[in-house]
Amino acid sequence: MMLDVNWAIRWLTLCAEAMAENRVWLIELDRAIGDSDHGENMDRGFQAVLDKLAEAPPETPGAAFKLTAMTLMSKVGGAAGPLYGTAFLRASTFLGDAAEVDPAALAGALVAARDGIVARGKAESGDKTMVDAWTPAAEAAQAAAAVGTGNVLEVLVAAAEAAEAGAMATDPLVARKGRASYLGERSAGHRDPGAASSALILRAAVGAAA
Amino acid sequence: MTVRIVVVSHSEKIADGAVELAAQMAPDVVILAAGGTPDGRIGTSLEKVMSALDKAAGGDGVVVLTDLGSAVMTAESALELADDPAGVLLADAPLVEGAVAAAVAAQGGADAQAVKRAAEAAYGSALSAGAAPVPSESTVSEGSVTGAGPDFTGDFELINQAGMHARPAAKIAGGISALDAEVKVNGVDGASMTGLMTLAAGKGSVLHVEAWGADAERAVNYVGGLVQAGFGEP
Repeated sequence: MMLDVNWAIRWLTLCAEAMAENRVWLIELDRAIGDSDHGENMDRGFQAVLDKLAEAPPETPGAAFKLTAMTLMSKVGGAAGPLYGTAFLRASTFLGDAAEVDPAALAGALVAARDGIVARGKAESGDKTMVDAWTPAAEAAQAAAAVGTGNVLEVLVAAAEAAEAGAMATDPLVARKGRASYLGERSAGHRDPGAASSALILRAAVGAAA
Repeated sequence: MTVRIVVVSHSEKIADGAVELAAQMAPDVVILAAGGTPDGRIGTSLEKVMSALDKAAGGDGVVVLTDLGSAVMTAESALELADDPAGVLLADAPLVEGAVAAAVAAQGGADAQAVKRAAEAAYGSALSAGAAPVPSESTVSEGSVTGAGPDFTGDFELINQAGMHARPAAKIAGGISALDAEVKVNGVDGASMTGLMTLAAGKGSVLHVEAWGADAERAVNYVGGLVQAGFGEP
């Protein structure tokens, strides 16, 4: 199978469902080390994405991601808006107006998304941020695409599993970026909410292709 | 035509308030607020920032002031999407002091780089009030010789009742920002409104003005003229 605009729309729809279902969990994660609005903001942001998709259905995956980027940056309000917005924007730019996405393009788009998050947030691996989910995800996607079986689902699964492992690995870390960094040592023992929502988003990408 | 200013804050009230305050010092400068989210919550929104940047376009450049984390990221994102990102400069400055200093500099006819510099100079003086400032590299003109004496100096006694308060400081800093000169007034950066205010110089105090660079003489005369006229105050 190939990933096309229908996959992209299913993915974004499943993202919205995942944010609605996990809204309270993300709020609780953020309450421990942030300002407890992450679940609320992500739910609102992706609901707005659904509205935009219904208003003007995009014709390519790149167009769907551009629309997502603009909407998240306008509606989320907190830091997740420009961070996820930049991720989707860079993925959109990478894919251009291609109608379909093969494994190499998928891995390239995920790397571009990760690079966008790093550039915008100026965080590194180990800072206890969403970078800790995206960097292993992008690297796992690249490795899976390089094997060359031509199966996009394998690339998506590799990315999602690496993101989940990366998110869990933020539990013991001390935050060095974002609001959680104000807590210093007290941030250890809690999962980073941005890494958690990133894992949900990449898991939704698998569901959309399965 | 003057440089235009956009204020990005998480709070609509903070953005509106900073604009209101800065506008008092700079009646001819276009200053736009982009605070909060479109639905009135705390947060920042690309939509609001881009709309303000659109309205600010067409002047002699735009300088953007921001508050915390995501305001900076949203402003950077807006630049990534802007039609003419080269005409927009992001200032790394405290929001309120920076907005006032930027507005004053713009009112004085400073270009976009100088307006940004004036905003950022507010940061240094906020951190080290009263301490001798390090002149920022960008304000040192090529003709000046570090370590040598200033090109021009002057000593002027304050004659107005209220001394060096906000409006005189704004007038001095605004005019100096527009000149090609590095100026120190009693050791603080003459282009920094907040720096000048930290002098707390009262009536009868003497301002020692030192200036380096192409416009050094004009800068000293400018400050002298204002002081001797009592800043137009009693």
